[in-house]
Amino acid sequence: MSALIDPRRVLDAPLVSSEQTTRRDFLKISGVMGGGLMLAAAVPGWTQTTPQLVGGGDLNAYVQIKPDGSIVIYSGSPEMGQGIATSLPMIVAEEMGADWADVVVQQTPEVNTERYGRQSTGGSYTVYLNWQLMREMGASAREMLISAAAIVMELPRDELQAEDSRVRHLFSNRSRSFAELASLAQDQPIPAKADLVFRAREDYRIIGTSKSQVDSFDIVTGQGDFGIDTRVPNMLYGSYTKCPAVGGKIVEANIEDIKTLPGVVDAYIVRGNGNVRELLDGVGIVGTSTWAVFTARKALQIRWDESQASKDSWTDFAEFAEKQGDTGAAVLFEQGDVDTALQDPSNTVISSFYEYPYLTHLCLEPMNCTAHFQPGKAGVKDHLEMWLPTQSGPGFKTLAQQRYGLDADQLSIHVKRMGGSFGRRTSGEYMCEAIELSKLSGRPVKLTWSREDSMRHDYFREGGFCRLRGAMTADGKLAAWEEHTIGTAVGSEPSRWTGVRAGSFPLATSAHARGSLTTFRMDTPSGPWRAPFSNTHAFVSQCFIHELAEAAGRDHVELLIEMMGEPRWLEPGNFRAMNTGRAVGVIKLAAEKGGWGRPMPAGRGLGIAFYFCHAAHVAELAEVSVDDEGKVTVHKVTAAVDVGPIINRSGALNQVQGSIIDGYSAMAGQKITMENGRIQQTNLDQYPVLRIDAAPQVDVHFIESDFDPTGLGEPGLPPLAPAVANAMFVATGRRVRAMPLFDQGFSV
Amino acid sequence: MPKFSITVNGADAQVDAPDDMPLLWALRDLMGLTGSKYGCGIGQCGACTVHLNGAPVRSCLLPVGQVSGQAITTIEGLADGDALHALQQAWIEKDVAQCGYCQSGQIMSAAALLQSNPEPTDADIDAAMAGNYCRCGTYIRIREAIHAAAMSVDAAAAK
Repeated sequence: MSALIDPRRVLDAPLVSSEQTTRRDFLKISGVMGGGLMLAAAVPGWTQTTPQLVGGGDLNAYVQIKPDGSIVIYSGSPEMGQGIATSLPMIVAEEMGADWADVVVQQTPEVNTERYGRQSTGGSYTVYLNWQLMREMGASAREMLISAAAIVMELPRDELQAEDSRVRHLFSNRSRSFAELASLAQDQPIPAKADLVFRAREDYRIIGTSKSQVDSFDIVTGQGDFGIDTRVPNMLYGSYTKCPAVGGKIVEANIEDIKTLPGVVDAYIVRGNGNVRELLDGVGIVGTSTWAVFTARKALQIRWDESQASKDSWTDFAEFAEKQGDTGAAVLFEQGDVDTALQDPSNTVISSFYEYPYLTHLCLEPMNCTAHFQPGKAGVKDHLEMWLPTQSGPGFKTLAQQRYGLDADQLSIHVKRMGGSFGRRTSGEYMCEAIELSKLSGRPVKLTWSREDSMRHDYFREGGFCRLRGAMTADGKLAAWEEHTIGTAVGSEPSRWTGVRAGSFPLATSAHARGSLTTFRMDTPSGPWRAPFSNTHAFVSQCFIHELAEAAGRDHVELLIEMMGEPRWLEPGNFRAMNTGRAVGVIKLAAEKGGWGRPMPAGRGLGIAFYFCHAAHVAELAEVSVDDEGKVTVHKVTAAVDVGPIINRSGALNQVQGSIIDGYSAMAGQKITMENGRIQQTNLDQYPVLRIDAAPQVDVHFIESDFDPTGLGEPGLPPLAPAVANAMFVATGRRVRAMPLFDQGFSV
Repeated sequence: MPKFSITVNGADAQVDAPDDMPLLWALRDLMGLTGSKYGCGIGQCGACTVHLNGAPVRSCLLPVGQVSGQAITTIEGLADGDALHALQQAWIEKDVAQCGYCQSGQIMSAAALLQSNPEPTDADIDAAMAGNYCRCGTYIRIREAIHAAAMSVDAAAAK
């Protein structure tokens, strides 16, 4: 059993190497085609490469000014709907003094972490990890443009200012456009990083405003360039059919019959390496359309050897969990003296058992990849070109290189916009399957997973259970907190998406607290699903705090604030840890803006929840009614959020509203179960999703503190379920301790 | 293989396809119109919504053989030349999309709604749009954008 689980390690694990990213002196400059200005960022990559300072003409670039005045700003991070392709370039444009109307954002043209930095996204980390680099790129560009203007205009540098894509003289109406200055600017000395001065917040003209996503036009006109839209010459369409119980091996399949079907070009039995994140056994079919291969696969008859395949049963897991006691075998966190407080007869002690199901990612764009493997000829090496929707181009590139024995220069990867990801596209098996089909057919192949493939072969948000105990003193203070998670183990190791997190609330703030874990072996793969761990822990912990408040006759908001204690960082020196002062700030703001304490008519209630994750402090207050038939209506959710300064106000608001609606969708109807290793729900008719008619009003209030900005793709989601469940208790007197609501006799 | 004549976005098109191929795949794979999306294949998500003779249909379930000789409009044909449809303009101004994958289907459903009901209420919108799923949860902005488009059409008509 592992020792204390470090939350940052767990959070980082899928997307960030253990190697710390330390920035080196990074700025170089060179001429580029068209006389543009190109600035290069040499930062250590996400992969385990040795960072090098760039030099010579082969430089990376974030900023390029074209002769026509357009300013190309590269987006290095993949876009999956989190808005990063808009927000990061806004930071660059701000520091440059660019007019946003002149900015053209382009995806970095290759995967190359030495040139572009991290090029991965996830964990709501991307703004945080790129904030300083983007400011440096913008500020450096600005200083070089000012140096060029000083020469051209024969004026001292300190009398010049960059604004609206021009360098202006402060004491006259003279100015020069960036386009006029670009070719001279590229020859100017590169400012030392230490000399860079950044704009003051009060002077911001772009950061903090609302910008429509840079791809909005393409999206609304049907030109959005998603991976699944890839079309390349001579391309075949592919499908890949795996054992419905993960881990099954092929004994035989009727591929000769399949090859005769209309539109089928070829079919193959593919032997995998047994690694679920690389290549499992399957039958590949390539043909002249997606429909041809989807139709042909229905005629497949495959005999599977399931001796080593998953036998998972949700029913068995649930039965096991219900038998578990108050404290698990592995105590992963303990402080103070929990048992004394729990045994003190003057304290009120309550205990509850919570349940949350497996969930699928349900990215609306199914998994897909287009691969073109070209075998080498005399003197020419093999080459692999891919059109790849992924959260991590570098991670997938490394996998392809290792698995197929390729050097970096033998791959060309086009990172495509993703139709949602939520943590899903961090696992590269769909890429490996596409490569196999291209190698076997000798042609470019677009592999498209069906919806059923995408639901059945997911890396699920794992389900689990939690038994909680709490003690309240006679005067209504929290005396002890205990949580026992019954989670999953893959083989003998606990899943990294379950367990106990030392920095979580309220374990970390409670004087007497214990967290323990018991695991049950499940072979169903699990992975990060929007706010992993937090999306379940918030539900169990923040509902149970409300239960304790009720048991002690305390006001829930007052109790939450009391539990926070003095304003402080829970991990001194780590500003990504929770700060109890920021927590109190959002709790008070949500309560005030949502009208906490208002009288409610019968059948209607207010519920609140706070949660801290991904460096974000978020409180949400839900106003909910439940009618006699159990129909739940969430009228309004009021959210208070502290992630520091907001970069793109429109995008930030959209993320919080969307997270809340997504969280409600999951809470209301979604549940994946499995029996004999087979996933039971394989399409939307078996997996209800929230529709527009049930979407609540969502009011969002940001506390724009002075800490560096952090991300918003995930932290708006976790507090929603407990806020709604707490409000349902107030409305009905009935405590919801299991999701989804549809299983508890409710509808929406 | 049968050859079908279909009017797509105002132009006559010939499609060689088995008659049971859903229109969605004929559009995407045979005609290169990839704006209509595959989401579920069972008519539950609405990402594949197109107009058949002006009415919204789920192209993932509609066999191409059944639309021979009829008029299809996809998201690529919604704008009038360079002039965006009021909904497309509103979608940009309200910054509706997150991942954007469902939005062409959302817009096509909304366009059919405005065609029959130029001033929809929230309830009208909810009823007309309930077949279009958005995993990112952009429903609040979808409502706002439909109202904004309805008002802009009104304002244009009043001039």
